Amino acid sequence: MASVPSKLYADDVSLLVVLLDTNPLFWSSSSFSFSLFLSHVLAFLNSILLLNQLNQVVVIATGYNSCDYIYDSSLAANQSVENGRMPVLCANILQKLEEFLLKDEKLGKEESKGRIASSMLSGSLSMALCYIQRVFRSGLLHPQPRILCLQGAPDGPEQYVAVMNAIFSAQRSMVPIDSCYIGEHNSAFLQQASYITNGVYSKPQHLDGLFQYLLTIFATDLHSRSFLQLPKPVGVDFRASCFCHKSTIDLGYVCSVCLSIFCKHHKKCSTCGSVFGQAQSDVASTSDRKRKTPDS
Amino acid sequence: MASRQVIKRVKYKDTVKDPGTPGVLKMSEEEFLFMPHNPKSASKFNVNFKTIKAQKNTKEGSDKPPWLNLSNNQGRSFIFEFESYSDLHVCRDFVAKLHSKLGETSEKSSLTCPDEQLSAPEVQLRIKLLKQNSELQKLHKLFVTGGVLSEAEFWATRKKLLDGDSSKKSKQRVGVKSIMISDIKPSSDGRTNKITFNLSSEVIFQIFAEKPAVHQAFLNLVPNKMTEKDFWTKYFRAEYLHSTRNAVAAAAEAAEDEELAIFLKHDDSLASEIRQKIRRVDPTLDMEADQGDDYTHLPDHGIFRDGSKELSESPHELSRRTLSHDINRHAAVVLEGRVIDVESEDSRKLAEALAQSKQADKEDEDAKLERFSRTSLMTEIEDLQAPHDLPLAQLCIKNPRDYFDSQQANALKNSKDTPGRVELTSGSLSTQEAYGSLRDSVSTLKAMGLNDPIIKPEVSFKVLNVLTHNISSTKYHLGKNPGESVLDRLPNARKDDLLHHWTSIQELLRHYWSSYPITTAYLYSKVSRLKDAMSQIYQQLEELKETVQPELRHQVSRLVRPMQQALEAAFQHYDADLQKRSAKNGEKPNGYV
Repeated sequence: MASVPSKLYADDVSLLVVLLDTNPLFWSSSSFSFSLFLSHVLAFLNSILLLNQLNQVVVIATGYNSCDYIYDSSLAANQSVENGRMPVLCANILQKLEEFLLKDEKLGKEESKGRIASSMLSGSLSMALCYIQRVFRSGLLHPQPRILCLQGAPDGPEQYVAVMNAIFSAQRSMVPIDSCYIGEHNSAFLQQASYITNGVYSKPQHLDGLFQYLLTIFATDLHSRSFLQLPKPVGVDFRASCFCHKSTIDLGYVCSVCLSIFCKHHKKCSTCGSVFGQAQSDVASTSDRKRKTPDS
Repeated sequence: MASRQVIKRVKYKDTVKDPGTPGVLKMSEEEFLFMPHNPKSASKFNVNFKTIKAQKNTKEGSDKPPWLNLSNNQGRSFIFEFESYSDLHVCRDFVAKLHSKLGETSEKSSLTCPDEQLSAPEVQLRIKLLKQNSELQKLHKLFVTGGVLSEAEFWATRKKLLDGDSSKKSKQRVGVKSIMISDIKPSSDGRTNKITFNLSSEVIFQIFAEKPAVHQAFLNLVPNKMTEKDFWTKYFRAEYLHSTRNAVAAAAEAAEDEELAIFLKHDDSLASEIRQKIRRVDPTLDMEADQGDDYTHLPDHGIFRDGSKELSESPHELSRRTLSHDINRHAAVVLEGRVIDVESEDSRKLAEALAQSKQADKEDEDAKLERFSRTSLMTEIEDLQAPHDLPLAQLCIKNPRDYFDSQQANALKNSKDTPGRVELTSGSLSTQEAYGSLRDSVSTLKAMGLNDPIIKPEVSFKVLNVLTHNISSTKYHLGKNPGESVLDRLPNARKDDLLHHWTSIQELLRHYWSSYPITTAYLYSKVSRLKDAMSQIYQQLEELKETVQPELRHQVSRLVRPMQQALEAAFQHYDADLQKRSAKNGEKPNGYV
């Protein structure tokens, strides 16, 4: 079942980029087992491909130290050899996943311990967006892309800027970021991502039925989604991380030039180098006035 | 202060020339007291220091004796002559100290309540704004009258409103009636040859504005050579002649009377003004091309005026004044509007004011310069010019690598500071073990294959319930009328309540968050005042939620939830801040950060 490289555009053809959280620290502490999670997700991916012959699925693993493409349905070879237990698709993905985990582990050995157990969400989001951009540019017609984050690990505040940049570029290219969060607490990153890009954020209550959540909420193409009554989000956590210490803050200082966020008052913006202070602002205001008077 | 009281022997003088009454001056912290040696003398007094506004003293080394002059706020001054300069200096320093102390306390009292001094129009503006906006009025009544916010605080967040209105207040220019005065018909009584023109100051103004020659003549002739009445009689005589189109008669009259001729001759000043205007026209516009559009000189073309066709091809120079000239001139005056602000019946004053305003107009020599610059701007060749953009400061982003490097260092440091989080999330397993178990689960899945069925029916039912919860109810109601919002289905009183709560919460929160960080005791008290007011509203919201009908309860609670969340966030911040404050309190009392 090789999918034809899609040159045809229809409103029900989708390109689904799935970001799979493979953070070992999260899965080892989670009550929901990784194998169960995988079996739900694999079934879901299969259903997506069955929904429309032209649908395309790309899976990106979001690891602890790295991220990588694991599966691309447009590249899958037409090998109908089944080992009797599961479709080729699943076997391929599992194979690649194992390889990825080995690689990811090796990368991490050099790094010192004591990092927050967050996954490389910013990296995988960027990879997804790059892939989508390539699809956009490769031909006249293309399937409608969307990103689905299957995330469990907590947010890494140190990735705040990178994640927000990815979110805004997704917004610009009109790619919705859907998110299904399986961790304990809500993820502010994903809430904001879905809110900004007009995607859906969902935090399933019964993880045993994850497949059903996925199928009900995230399986339909974007056109059909507008007719559905999807569960509404309770609220979005709009808090930002400060740029200086990467901690989440309620109130902070914002650079008037480049909009960087700081938790403490700084004399100089570390991002753009603007100097804050009385003297500087005085000069700015007088020159402003000078410029305005001829007009009025 | 070492000495709380100063006693010196002095002479008191009413004026500088007064020889002085000898006595004793006693200064305490509140007042100073003069007791003359002679108990019968009338000049015994004590004065409170609060009324003293300024002090002056003579300089040591000058030829004057040591005098100290204290003046009070009613303009009276007390002059004391001391026995020596050292005495004078002791007293002067004492008064100076008291003075600064008094000033401090008055400053302090203004600090606790920064109430600005309002001028009457400002107050009126506020009252007007409140009257126009009932919502604002409600908020004002609730918070300012209720004592939660002070008047100044309330308006501080609405500066824009105040500014915006004051800019709108700028006086509107008075227009000019668009009716042409030349259309004002003379009234004749029909029996005699007399005709009467009615003049008002408005009409005079228009005549002056439209006919600069008449204006000029008026300034020259009235009242030196003729009276105002004579002047206007002449003017209308000329007008009448003109309207009768009796060119020959007009010419004859003009030859006899040179003053009359002024009105009939072609208006030179007008022409020069027009030339000036033409100079201001965009230099790239081809004006000569437009002249071809002028048909009025062709036969069978022209404009009917006063029942007869006006022929501009008249041989006589006098009647070259065509209707189109008049109309154009009139239009220019109307568009210009009333440039002077004189409401006077005296036409002399009117004429002078108008002349002045014109003078001001002409006086801009810059116009010439501007014309040159415009010409050069229009005809310039773009690629030969230096770019004339607005001066702007470049946004300088440093080498991004620096930023990311410094961020990483920070992040590492930060994560070391919070070991609790890492332990919490990583559980008891090491990274290696975690990877191992993850790989195991993948291989188990590979070996076992997918579950069949993936979901157990009972779980599926639960999930379905969760996913479709609320959908049915909202859809049932909302589906019928898409334009209807949840608010519309609530009873009116409830709806008003909710909206009112929402606006008041917004107002309070705005003040609340703008008071952080707390730097003064005043802000501290303001925050606690606001917090009390907010907790009251929180209670009211709870009550509102409980009293609403059961079928609407879900909707109402959904509306109320964000309000309560916003309030809860504020309360949390308040408590956290309070804790921080009390922890710090040892070193820095008084609620200062």
